[in-house]
Amino acid sequence: MANKVADSISREEFFYGHKACAGCGGSLAVRAALKVLGQNAVSVLPAGCMSAVGFNFPQLCFSNNSIISTFAGTASMLTGVEAGLRARGYKDFTAVGFAGDGGTADIGIQALSGAIDRNDNIIYICYDNEAYMNTGIQKSGLTPFGARTTTTPAGANIHGNIRPKKNMFEIAAAHDIPYAATASVGYIADFIAKVQKAAQIKGTKYIHVIAPCPTGWGVAPDETVDIAREVVDCGLWYLAEYENGGFTLDHKPKEFTDVAAYLKKQGRFRHLSDEDIQVIIESRDRKWEHINKTFSYKNSL
Amino acid sequence: MRPYLREKKDFSFAEVPENTSFEAGYLVSANSGWRSVRPVIDSGKCVGCEQCYLYCPDGVISIKDGKAVIDYDFCKGCGICAKICKPGAIGMEAERK
Repeated sequence: MANKVADSISREEFFYGHKACAGCGGSLAVRAALKVLGQNAVSVLPAGCMSAVGFNFPQLCFSNNSIISTFAGTASMLTGVEAGLRARGYKDFTAVGFAGDGGTADIGIQALSGAIDRNDNIIYICYDNEAYMNTGIQKSGLTPFGARTTTTPAGANIHGNIRPKKNMFEIAAAHDIPYAATASVGYIADFIAKVQKAAQIKGTKYIHVIAPCPTGWGVAPDETVDIAREVVDCGLWYLAEYENGGFTLDHKPKEFTDVAAYLKKQGRFRHLSDEDIQVIIESRDRKWEHINKTFSYKNSL
Repeated sequence: MRPYLREKKDFSFAEVPENTSFEAGYLVSANSGWRSVRPVIDSGKCVGCEQCYLYCPDGVISIKDGKAVIDYDFCKGCGICAKICKPGAIGMEAERK
């Protein structure tokens, strides 16, 4: 029984023996992306889970060239890697960055914005686990409303994070980037197709992939893939692309699954009251109203 | 090539190289001790659909002769493969020492 998706990517492993927690969504995203880009990918990783678990001397878990950047400098180091290799005459390579949500939306946003502005020929992948998980679950700009973290604890008066999630995908698209996309590790074939597409496009590419963290989200390690699917199915995340100045929605759930069921499965949302859930549902409906109005639709799942 | 477990060498401080020291994919410590449960494949039920291979965060599953095989040196026992397997060919068994 052949699997077309598995046959379209490398059989080799480029991220192997790493020390990520069991069931880590981020490591699944990095592994899948590198299997698409192959041996000639040069990966840049800022401080974050994937650099912490990938480089434990002398354990070298990357089989391709990889380097750790400063926290804020993922995109600027990608620019340098791409320019340096090009200057030395290399043609067949891909400069790819793997930064977490904090490294992308908070600390690295200036460097990313600069790289998109220069339209450097790089791929920037943000694996979004919705908090600073590596340092022990602190709130980032991509932590959703209501989530409990160590810096936004859930108490009697304030129920976790009081601010909504930044819309990094549309921030990247607002630069008029050649290609931006959102994905989820729960729909791995869609993510792989988007990395394949990005590899063929010249200029800056930004892919935002939801990568659940069992430790930080408070779910069992074997739930990672299911919860990454459910966040799409209940409408709190969406699979879309931005290209040639227009947005395309890739998947429209026929009917949203229960948001409360999605939230209550996770330790970080268990404290939410019915009113909080109502706020989340209303913000989801507003978001989808905007999507239905401004995005064209093409089912590609 | 799939990276594999190598023998850990001790070296003195003077021998520590000044730049990148080992070839890429140089692995000296296994992750098998992390497991409390291990996935076991029933090759009679496995249809080789490769879903477990695609979704394994650690990449420890490969396909040999149309059936899934697990590299137990680096499997952490997360159980994603057992959940993703439609034919139900992967069961989780308790680790015994």
